[in-house]
Amino acid sequence: MPKDTGIGASSKRREDVRFLTGNGRYTDDINIYGQTYVHFLRSDVAHGRITSIDTSAAESMPGVVRVFTGKDFEGIGGLPCGWLVTDKHGQPMKEPAHPVLAQGKVRHVGDPIAAVVAESLAEARDAAEAIMVDIEELPAVVDMKKALESGASKVHDDLADNLCFDWGFVEENREAVDNAIANSAHVTTLELVNNRLVANPMEPRVAVGEYNRSDDMSTLHTTSQNPHVIRLLMGAFVLGIPEHKLRVVAPDVGGGFGTKIFHYAEEAFCTFASRQVQRPVKWTSTRSEAFMSDAQGRDHVTKIELGLDADNNFTALRCLTYANMGAYLSTFASCTPTWLHGTLLAGNYKTPLIYTNVKAVFTNTVPVDAYRGAGRPEATFQIERVIDKAARELGVDPIKLRRQNFITEFPYATPVAVEYDTGDYVATMDKLEEIADIAGFAARRAESEKNGKLRGLGVNCYIEACGIAPSKLVGQLGARAGLYDAATVRVNATGSISVMVGAHSHGQGHETAFPQVVAEMLGIPEDQIDIVHGDTSKIPFGMGTYGSRSLAVCGSAMVRATEKIINKAKKIAAHLMEASEADIELKNGQFTVAGTDKSVAWGDVTLAAYVPHNYPLEDIEPGLEETAFYDPSNFTYPSGAYCCELELDPETGKVTIERFSAADDFGNIINPMIVSGQVHGGIAQGIGQALLENCAYDPETGQLLSASYMDYAMPRADDVPFYAVDHSCQTPCTHNPLGVKGCGEAGAIGSPPAVINAVLDALNSGGHKVEHINMPATPSRVWAAMQG
Amino acid sequence: MKMSDSREIKAAPEVVWAAILNPEVLKACVPGCTDMTGNAEEGFEATVTQKVGPVKATFKGQVNISDMNEPHSLKLSGEGKGGAAGFAKGGAVVTMAPSETGTLLTYDVEASVGGKLAQLGSRIIDGFAKNMADKFFQNFQEAVEGPADPDAAPETDDGKKKGWFKRLVS
Repeated sequence: MPKDTGIGASSKRREDVRFLTGNGRYTDDINIYGQTYVHFLRSDVAHGRITSIDTSAAESMPGVVRVFTGKDFEGIGGLPCGWLVTDKHGQPMKEPAHPVLAQGKVRHVGDPIAAVVAESLAEARDAAEAIMVDIEELPAVVDMKKALESGASKVHDDLADNLCFDWGFVEENREAVDNAIANSAHVTTLELVNNRLVANPMEPRVAVGEYNRSDDMSTLHTTSQNPHVIRLLMGAFVLGIPEHKLRVVAPDVGGGFGTKIFHYAEEAFCTFASRQVQRPVKWTSTRSEAFMSDAQGRDHVTKIELGLDADNNFTALRCLTYANMGAYLSTFASCTPTWLHGTLLAGNYKTPLIYTNVKAVFTNTVPVDAYRGAGRPEATFQIERVIDKAARELGVDPIKLRRQNFITEFPYATPVAVEYDTGDYVATMDKLEEIADIAGFAARRAESEKNGKLRGLGVNCYIEACGIAPSKLVGQLGARAGLYDAATVRVNATGSISVMVGAHSHGQGHETAFPQVVAEMLGIPEDQIDIVHGDTSKIPFGMGTYGSRSLAVCGSAMVRATEKIINKAKKIAAHLMEASEADIELKNGQFTVAGTDKSVAWGDVTLAAYVPHNYPLEDIEPGLEETAFYDPSNFTYPSGAYCCELELDPETGKVTIERFSAADDFGNIINPMIVSGQVHGGIAQGIGQALLENCAYDPETGQLLSASYMDYAMPRADDVPFYAVDHSCQTPCTHNPLGVKGCGEAGAIGSPPAVINAVLDALNSGGHKVEHINMPATPSRVWAAMQG
Repeated sequence: MKMSDSREIKAAPEVVWAAILNPEVLKACVPGCTDMTGNAEEGFEATVTQKVGPVKATFKGQVNISDMNEPHSLKLSGEGKGGAAGFAKGGAVVTMAPSETGTLLTYDVEASVGGKLAQLGSRIIDGFAKNMADKFFQNFQEAVEGPADPDAAPETDDGKKKGWFKRLVS
């Protein structure tokens, strides 16, 4: 019988009441008395030298408060990168300056050159047109391999070339991997592209900066996934404002998908400018600006080789990836193609030797950074595509080939530096075969063929590393921050609770799921508990939400803090009932003394804590509020098996997904309905990447070509089927108190290879010997592949 | 984008040459041109209003003539800034060879756009640029030689009959 409250209940998302009735309070809803508006003049060339900027005409335009250029930011810090990657020669990555407004050069279409602060947005825009900028256009580098050729135009003049770093992992294994590949009975080679994506959260980015002269306090309201990280980066590295004089608030945020993790120039600008003009400064991104200023995702070009022995056991995996950084290093850009990617290359398989070389390249394109899955979708796509190709080459069943090579014993130390604590890949594959009705596929294919259609079935597995991350480990790997999280449980006098969390909810349902945990622990109703998040002046120093970490890391901190609450409340209850603390039990919101009929209610104890008339003041302090910081000892490793079944129209190349099944192992589950919703959304994004979405630049000029929904195809309701989603396979995480693993990114990681594997299965079933097709598998690409 | 085409013009290469250096002719021939001043030696200042897909903008820019080899060939190049709409720039190498009809005019055009024009109009820009070039040379041809039946020619905006340039110089 499903529970109706607490852990495991599908409690309805309480936040949806305000989201679905238009009562959410987003950053753009925040308007402050005396507010001004900023419009950024952005580069419309991909690469050029600014020879002059004349703002005089703009300054005299109506309503203009002030015009800013790069000159105003001389001596002020640039935007920092939060992760130092050391290359295969032991050298640090190249970290070119990333100014708030362009200094001397523009490096991508959309690079901000100047900013007009005015009384109204219309006046700011008009005045921006009157700024005279002369730019000497330079050749743009767009293609990564061309960018590395000698003589290529340099994105950053002060660097020797366009290489950010050349990373080898695990460098000590390189020769062993080369030998194993050379001695393998069969080697399958595949070259593929992981297409560049634009995150496109429904709410574009917004920033409102405010400076209060009376207390020297700066406040930034911003669309962020991690307000404390923004406060730290902007305060300490860009503007030099100490933490106690800087407050960052991320109120309701309408989707992040990674692109709202990073610290952006517009946030620093609004904070800085509000101090300069002594008035609040607001910026609201247009959708066009979002396309050319939100960090983009993926964009890897990879060659992968898988070695197999005569019995089809994997012997070694060797990869070479070119990873596009764009024009500047975004906040976590360097981490995504390295530690979030290389460490996942074992996948679900006991491949004994793995080596990857990643060359990170600067180009005249919008910066690239983490996007839902971040590195893990790229790793999964490589592994699962090359396995499928190997199966076709060897004439073996792709599911059987996977099963044969599954890791089956845990804990398992991979050859790429991580240790999986739990998992059961056989169980998720068994479940997948059941829910996808793979046994019935042959009949469905025959039916499709009768109708002149090709039908394909694609399967893949995935593993991801979530719960980011053990601070000590990531510190060794180059992270410039700890990755713990924090929670404060504040019990009020009458027993209701506010939980202040470092995690940030921008669609994930924390306001519902987190109280379920506390309610379960205390035995009180969920509606007695609220979550407070997103405001650095209210919440403890937590690192925010990304990498499917909220419940595994911040939720664990909340459990620890709640345990402290229970311990103290038991002491108070023991005093009230004149019993020994060791005999106190807490159940269903009642404290009882074991073996007696004595009891006090939760509310009696909380009231005693705040009205300590009858209270052991000599032993414990009044009040009932506890904070815990939690630093995980390992990543968590969700895993699963996905299946896509589709029809392909051989006349047009159009693909229609008929069935999509996902069997996931997320460990313990707090709210199954929210988990299903997360998986649904992730799969839709994965299908978008596989079939529709592509961020395109003109290869010669670096002009951004897909900069609106006319040219950038987002998945719509009729592009996706009803999903069969199952998360009944549960191997709880062994090292966090809830046994949870994280589910936010799984759908986006696990679905692209299933779709492409299915497209290739359909094509080959129709006699088209196609070995690979790059994403997005649009009708024109599929049709072209069919023509040979 | 790049494209090439050619046209037969019923006028001697010298006449064609003179026409192409005349700002009045250029103004009449550049589609959407509302203003054109200057001369062949120092370049022309032009104002052009055009709509590319969803983007309508007024471009202000410079048109220069270079590589002049009278009366055989020259290069036209121009760049226009359309403010928030972005920019457009292009060039055309034009050659004039004597032919039975008069002159065989050949042009190789290279054009590119940037900013919002590229972002919103990339799918239609090639067709747009080809259309612009076709219209320009069509207008040019008509200005120089007039339509087949000069009396039936419609008046242009400034009251000039097609073929007016040829009548002016002949």
